[in-house]
Amino acid sequence: MKAKRTGEAHEAVQRGGGPAAAPATFLALIPPNPGIDFIKLSPGMLVLSAVLIGLSLALLVYRGGLNYGIDFAGGTMVEVRFPQPVATSDVRAALGQADLRGATVQDIGGGSTDFQVRVQGGETEMGSAVADDVRRGLQAKFGEGSFDVLRVEAVGPKVGRDLWRRALLAVLASTVVMGVYLWVKFNFGFGIGAAVALLHDVVITVGALALIHLEFDLTTVAALLTVVGFSVNDTVIIFDRIRETRARLRKEPLETVANLAINETLSRTVITSGTAIAVTACLLTLGGAVIHGFAFTLLAGFVIGTYSSIFVATPVVLAIERRRGHRR
Amino acid sequence: MGSIGWRGGAFLALLLASAVVIAPTFASVPAWWPWQRTIRLGLDLRGGTYLLYQVEVEQAIDNAVDRRAGELEAELREANLGAFTVDRVGREIQVRLAAKDRRAEARRLVEDRFPDLVVSESAGGEAADLQLRLAERELSRLRDGAVSQALEIMRKRIDQFGVTEPTLQTQGQDQIVVQLPGIQDPQRAKDLIGRTALLEFKLLAEGPQAGTLQAPGPGIQVLPGDANGGGRTQYLVERRPILTGDMITDASVRPGGVGEGYAVDFTLDSRGAKLFAAATTQHVRRRLAIVLDGYVQSAPEIREPITGGQGQITGRFRIEEAQDLANVLRHGALPAPLRLLEERTVGPSLGRDSIRQGSVSFVVASVFIVVFMLLYYRGGGLVADLALLLNVLLILGAFAAFGFTLTLPGIAGLVLTVGMAVDANVLILERVREELRTGKGARAAIAAGYERAWTAILDTNVTTFLSGLILFQFGSGPVRGFAVTLCLGILTTLLTAVFATRVLYDWRLANRRVTTVSV
Repeated sequence: MKAKRTGEAHEAVQRGGGPAAAPATFLALIPPNPGIDFIKLSPGMLVLSAVLIGLSLALLVYRGGLNYGIDFAGGTMVEVRFPQPVATSDVRAALGQADLRGATVQDIGGGSTDFQVRVQGGETEMGSAVADDVRRGLQAKFGEGSFDVLRVEAVGPKVGRDLWRRALLAVLASTVVMGVYLWVKFNFGFGIGAAVALLHDVVITVGALALIHLEFDLTTVAALLTVVGFSVNDTVIIFDRIRETRARLRKEPLETVANLAINETLSRTVITSGTAIAVTACLLTLGGAVIHGFAFTLLAGFVIGTYSSIFVATPVVLAIERRRGHRR
Repeated sequence: MGSIGWRGGAFLALLLASAVVIAPTFASVPAWWPWQRTIRLGLDLRGGTYLLYQVEVEQAIDNAVDRRAGELEAELREANLGAFTVDRVGREIQVRLAAKDRRAEARRLVEDRFPDLVVSESAGGEAADLQLRLAERELSRLRDGAVSQALEIMRKRIDQFGVTEPTLQTQGQDQIVVQLPGIQDPQRAKDLIGRTALLEFKLLAEGPQAGTLQAPGPGIQVLPGDANGGGRTQYLVERRPILTGDMITDASVRPGGVGEGYAVDFTLDSRGAKLFAAATTQHVRRRLAIVLDGYVQSAPEIREPITGGQGQITGRFRIEEAQDLANVLRHGALPAPLRLLEERTVGPSLGRDSIRQGSVSFVVASVFIVVFMLLYYRGGGLVADLALLLNVLLILGAFAAFGFTLTLPGIAGLVLTVGMAVDANVLILERVREELRTGKGARAAIAAGYERAWTAILDTNVTTFLSGLILFQFGSGPVRGFAVTLCLGILTTLLTAVFATRVLYDWRLANRRVTTVSV
């Protein structure tokens, strides 16, 4: 984050003087009203959003879906750790000899010591058999006790299918719940605006996952749901301000009101999103391989969510309100 | 202003209580300390195995129908009703008699001997002479009882296996979640827990009516030998068992002969002993197959009548195998087979890694937030930081006090809460700044800041809370841990970032000479 000073004094303490004192100034990244014409920018941004959504969907089609983890695809995942670096090709060879040619081997953490072995699908007697084969195959090649099994996950194909349905339902349900909540608290247009922005965020975040080929599993869905819950926060802050400003400036057109609201809340939007993005970046860099995908999804979603509050949610609300105004 | 002391006191009490309950988690506390329990860690942090089983209730019903059909066939043969066939069509047993005039007799036999079968009237013509199905009472007994019985039996098996703090819960209609912390040999645990352990004693078929392996005679079935003992041998055995494992009262391990591994001795209850004595007396010199879950363990010859109600299963078992077999025989067979849907095992070293990495992320993120707030909002930042400290203590305190399980995503949720909790303070402080800019005094600015920021704060937290609830509904295990932290964090954030900070400001501004606030 770059500190943009306001030019005047940066004294954060308002000293004495009572109510008649000159307006105080504060340390601020963003001035109280930066005077950016967001509404004028929004058509261009909507094009950008449309392009991003199009790219996300195209990427999904091109890649033939996401890189589903075994939570969704079903199958077995075994993670092992060797005390010293081992060549990925050796691990692969060991599994090939153990009749596990379909297994994918991935060096996790990049140190050539931790490997993830994944065997997808397989309606066979689930789990144990495959995990055991992996263990035996590695033992045959590297010797007994030469590695540590970090974790084993095995999911039957039925569970995977069931999860898909529930994941989709959960994401849709939270989007609808958010929309309905804002509808009740504000009005119909605001509810729709928020819901559209949320769907926008989810689609583009999933696109980002597809782009870097990140494993899509249970925790990724949890992260997406969190993104939905968090992304709506900035939207609420702006909507709340629009409502307040509108009551104050009845004569002004809604575009002016919205622009003022976004500008006046820009500082808090940036800071609240910034703190969330900063802690998520900590998780991504320091949290380890297990929650890497989770943290990445949160980070991508938070960034997109902040953008969409300004450039998607608000323009949609304006469009709907204009229409309703015409009808009246 | 009298309420400042009251509110401040309440928050101090909360702070103290939280500190007391979380102390045992982070340090060793003396014996007189009022709280000794530590925060419970999830399997992903302490290492262990999570198993999700499905109780195949419908399979249990199919099996029951199968068993009745076998028994019925045997009874009909003994009753000498002439030639007949017994077929299973779906869940229905159809009996066709060569001598149609003996239908009433057959029906009486069914009603006498099989109280849990009901006769549905046949339409005549092509239909069978007797159509039978399981009574509703029996069906609902199988459906309702299967899951809870299975849970009970699994619990007993695990208890003898010696796992500390295992948890078993039903999930949904017919699923059972088993969590075994710190287990070293998940394979053995799975074999022990998931095995049906239906023990049956069946006579080996003899004579011309036995048929061949390809075409077994009526009332005869082909069973494979256990891979451990008999290898790939197949056996022709009588469908009807002379005895089943539910009559076993005790079982124990005994060393077999040299090179024979271990064997399992069992003791029968009095009814079982009588049945066993009668059968072995009647069938001396014949071979008796000991069938476990459909595999013939061994098929020794009955050398003499066994009247003592005791027997032995040999099969060149390793000691662990014999121990586990004795364990499952003691506690009985599962009412229905189990299917393993999901297994997640985390080794202890990964768990330690996760704790370390989670803690480091938490500390770094917290330091960043605290320093940022302090630099950016000065005094207001300090107040927010104090509230944040109380917030984290309250969350951890709730985990300790209410026995929630902390998982790695839960730690991530805690980190995220740190980042989001200060948002409420940011909203308030930015508002206070706005009010100050318009020239308001400190008191008025603080009051207006809290009042005007409140609706946005409430709305943002309610929406996040709602998504947390949906997440809880959706997820299981570690994901639920995240949802719990998230929702808990919302509540403590409202309490600390909004109400506790207000107390601090009110307390400070209670002094009339204070006319400024640092934000």
